[in-house]
Amino acid sequence: MSGSGSAKRIDWLSVLIFLALVAIGWINIYSSTFQNTEVSLVDFGSFHGKQLFFIGASIGLIILVLALEARLYERFSSLAYLGSLVLLIGLFIFGKTIAGATSWYNLGFFNLQPSEIAKAATALALAKYLSDIQTDIRNPRHQLYAFLIILIPAFLIIPQPDPGSALVYFSLIFVLFREGLSPIYLLVGFCGILVFAATLMFGTIWIAIALGLIIALIYLLKRKNQKIPILYVIGIFVVTVLFSLSVDFVFNNVFEQRHRDRFSLWLRLEKDPAKLEKIRKTIGYNTYQSEKAIESGGFTGKGFLEGTRTKGDFVPEQHSDYIFSTIGEEWGFMGTALVVILYSLLLLRLVFLAERQKNDFSRMYGYGVVSILFIHYLINIGMVIGLLPTIGIPLPFISYGGSGLLGFTLLLFIFLKLDSNRMNEW
Amino acid sequence: MKKILLSSIIVLVGFVFIGRLSYLQLIRFSPEVLDDTAVKKIFDYPERGYIYDRNGALLVANQPAYDVMVIPREVKPLDTLEFCKLLDIDKATFVKTMQKARRYSPRLPSVLVPQLSREDYATLQEKMRKYDGFYIQKRSLRLYDTPSAAHVLGYISEVNNADLKRNRFYVAGELIGKTGVEKSYEDVLRGRKGVKHIQKDRFNRDIGPFKDGSYDTLPEHGKSIRITLDKELQEYGERLMVGKRGGIVALEPSSGEILTLISGPTYDPALLVGRLKSPNYTKLHNDSISRPTYNRALLSEQPPGSPFKSLNALVALQEGVMTPDTRFTCYNGFYVGKTKRGCHCGGGRRDMVSGIEQSCNAYFAGTFRKIYDKFPTTDAGQEAWEKHIKSFGLGNYLGYDLPTGRPGHIPGSKFYDRWYGDGRWASSTIISNSIGQGEVLATPIQLANITAAIANRGFFHTPHIIKQIDGKDIDIPDYTIPKYTTIDREHFGPVVEGMANVYRRGTAKWIQIPGIDIAGKTGTAENFTRIDGVKTQLTDHSVFVAFAPVENPKIALAVYIENGYYGARYAGHIASLLIEKYIKGEVSRKDLEKKMLTKTLEHEYAKPFSGQPFEINEYVW
Repeated sequence: MSGSGSAKRIDWLSVLIFLALVAIGWINIYSSTFQNTEVSLVDFGSFHGKQLFFIGASIGLIILVLALEARLYERFSSLAYLGSLVLLIGLFIFGKTIAGATSWYNLGFFNLQPSEIAKAATALALAKYLSDIQTDIRNPRHQLYAFLIILIPAFLIIPQPDPGSALVYFSLIFVLFREGLSPIYLLVGFCGILVFAATLMFGTIWIAIALGLIIALIYLLKRKNQKIPILYVIGIFVVTVLFSLSVDFVFNNVFEQRHRDRFSLWLRLEKDPAKLEKIRKTIGYNTYQSEKAIESGGFTGKGFLEGTRTKGDFVPEQHSDYIFSTIGEEWGFMGTALVVILYSLLLLRLVFLAERQKNDFSRMYGYGVVSILFIHYLINIGMVIGLLPTIGIPLPFISYGGSGLLGFTLLLFIFLKLDSNRMNEW
Repeated sequence: MKKILLSSIIVLVGFVFIGRLSYLQLIRFSPEVLDDTAVKKIFDYPERGYIYDRNGALLVANQPAYDVMVIPREVKPLDTLEFCKLLDIDKATFVKTMQKARRYSPRLPSVLVPQLSREDYATLQEKMRKYDGFYIQKRSLRLYDTPSAAHVLGYISEVNNADLKRNRFYVAGELIGKTGVEKSYEDVLRGRKGVKHIQKDRFNRDIGPFKDGSYDTLPEHGKSIRITLDKELQEYGERLMVGKRGGIVALEPSSGEILTLISGPTYDPALLVGRLKSPNYTKLHNDSISRPTYNRALLSEQPPGSPFKSLNALVALQEGVMTPDTRFTCYNGFYVGKTKRGCHCGGGRRDMVSGIEQSCNAYFAGTFRKIYDKFPTTDAGQEAWEKHIKSFGLGNYLGYDLPTGRPGHIPGSKFYDRWYGDGRWASSTIISNSIGQGEVLATPIQLANITAAIANRGFFHTPHIIKQIDGKDIDIPDYTIPKYTTIDREHFGPVVEGMANVYRRGTAKWIQIPGIDIAGKTGTAENFTRIDGVKTQLTDHSVFVAFAPVENPKIALAVYIENGYYGARYAGHIASLLIEKYIKGEVSRKDLEKKMLTKTLEHEYAKPFSGQPFEINEYVW
């Protein structure tokens, strides 16, 4: 029951991958902020020095998390959730504004970003609510409550403004899918995004034609006596076309130019070279520069501290949100592929661990951890390599940032503690 | 389903990411590290190689020029009045130029005052430090130690887009040889620029050397070259050509080295250097009447006229259709069918030596016919004739090392089949070729080359301009290995003797130089132009080819003076002065020299543009 007992059963593979990612992160933070002058490794004025301090703090946190009794996390999850909501609300009064976003508490020696801590608390609260014997996920009313648990912190974060962090909470929907929420939501959501993108790229007419062709194909391929409800088909067709038309309308009449620019950048809608050149220097600057930096790395990269674009500060926020471009430039395809593989391994391992839990709460929390880590990884790397629109959220364990590192460590190790304790859950 | 949903998405995303990264880093990657936008290259320009003449006399060197540069963003408030006084410009100009520079770029340097002299630079240099944002940039310009040889030396100029596309060595704004030797030997003369790599940040500011300068290189000076021109002879020849149009090429027969290459009218090469280069070039280029930028010595394809007769004599001897003693009678002309063609040799029976000596048209018409009569068909005759003539370097590019040229023209049987129809022509149809008119065309350098081949009695070296590179004699097989003509050595005797007689007592007896024996051949080429759509004959071109001395020739040359009338008149006299100058070192016939230096043909060149009827071939001399 004690910390020393469970340490033997802790999943060391996850811990190793965690340590590897933290190490990769620190090396690249050092390189991104390297100024050609000799600095001590533990200079707390520098980014890498501060990050080293936070790594130390995280290890302390890990020891603490593992030492506490596992049941405590379930028991206090509601309290933690309420506490973090209070912290988020408190930001409106006591918050410190950095770069336009009021997301921090000034604690003197460092700035605490409560939205990072709230992620773990929300995952805990959601798991707690769903694992309650009274809760039935198929009941729409309970679905609504579950959504509320997710949405309340998200809506408290949006006005900071930090829409990126808010978006992260929506990933917890994966927990609901695991527990029986129909994946039709996912399918509809995915189709919605697809139609949205396709409308902007090809226009409503082509969507209607393509959809018509797909329906015709289905009719051609169906077995003789198979019946397809014709009303549904017509309904889907009409709804899709209407949605597509409304996307067109919203895009042109409701969106502001900066929103339009962002989407046209993401979907590569602009073909005129002169305008492209302009986009590259304005809203597309980050994406263009990070893509170029990654491209210039090639297979083996330019080597540690040799990234010319990194040194020239061509890519903004390179030690935090854009750190992956430093990895791409200095370590090349070998480095970027390694990070992607490590992440995939960690996430799959955590899914595996979650599935082997005997306790519903632990499993649901495990899914929450995977969902949160996955959405960060997906959006961050997707943005840096130019596949997704620019949404500023950090790459867990790698990006610079004390609250982030502590928050993700807390998130992960609570689950590893729960996992190590599963044998006692009879 | 619900258990594998998230895992599947994780795996899928992993593949998408790896795919995208492979595309970016493996497919789109190009390995040129030093082309990185984050690394600025600063070039350190080497001095361009000097050019010397065959005897080591300097022709082209370099001069420093100093531009006052400004980076508008870095300029601090200054005492404008004092600064303008220092630069010797007025305040309005200063303000205007500064505005222009700022419009161009606040961060990049612009030229404020171009090309200061060395003296101005000396006084400015120490005071410049007081003014932030201004500095002096040294540039290297060509400095000519001769007012002549512009057509041979060529000029250098900023690279244009086509140059940049062709050759990655250059960066916009750099200089490249555009014509002449500067172009031919660009690779040798330019040297290699040194490169410094500077790491930049996103504001384009320097933040120190890239990788501590490990990629940096030092500039390598351009190599100096020695060309085959004789500076004195070239300058003298150009002075003789003042007021005349035409081309002169003099070769050293034993080596093929170009001693002199003159195109008249010419210009001072110094005109195309420095601040006035652009207006000067425009002026020269737009002179479409006298065309000073047109290199007549290399480009002007003209009927060679009588000097071509010597070649027909050689072909006839080689083919064995006649001996030097074979005689033809000249009736002050000859008959082609019932048409009489004229001759002004004086008439009478002529053998080969006297035929050349008096340039008898009838004799060479007979010679020409005999060549064709040997063969069963005209086509076969034409083929044999063409082969011999072309072995003298006619009808094709000679292969010399100057960047421009023309092939001239030696007609083949196909050419006449097209013109007259298959089988509808014979030697009598093309009889004009016997005297170097008709369809035969050659450039002055080709004429000089023929003369060198005759001087050598059967071979020539491809003419060339390069003598030494970086102090080492050239070893280019194309220039050092002799090229043999299809005519055997023994046939040259009578032809050379005839050409020697031209000078002793023939058509060029007026140009004799005491103590020098010359073999030569005059030519007087008819030519026509169109005036208001009417074909009009102009005064004949004056042609003279010669080599001297007859034994062990030192110089072989061709002089082609447009509208100079008789071959001996302008071309002959100029040739004799050049030969005397080259062989003796100075000219003893001062009266002749003075006459040739001062006489011009401008009145001839003005005729077709006068709008009045005019006389041609006037006797006035």
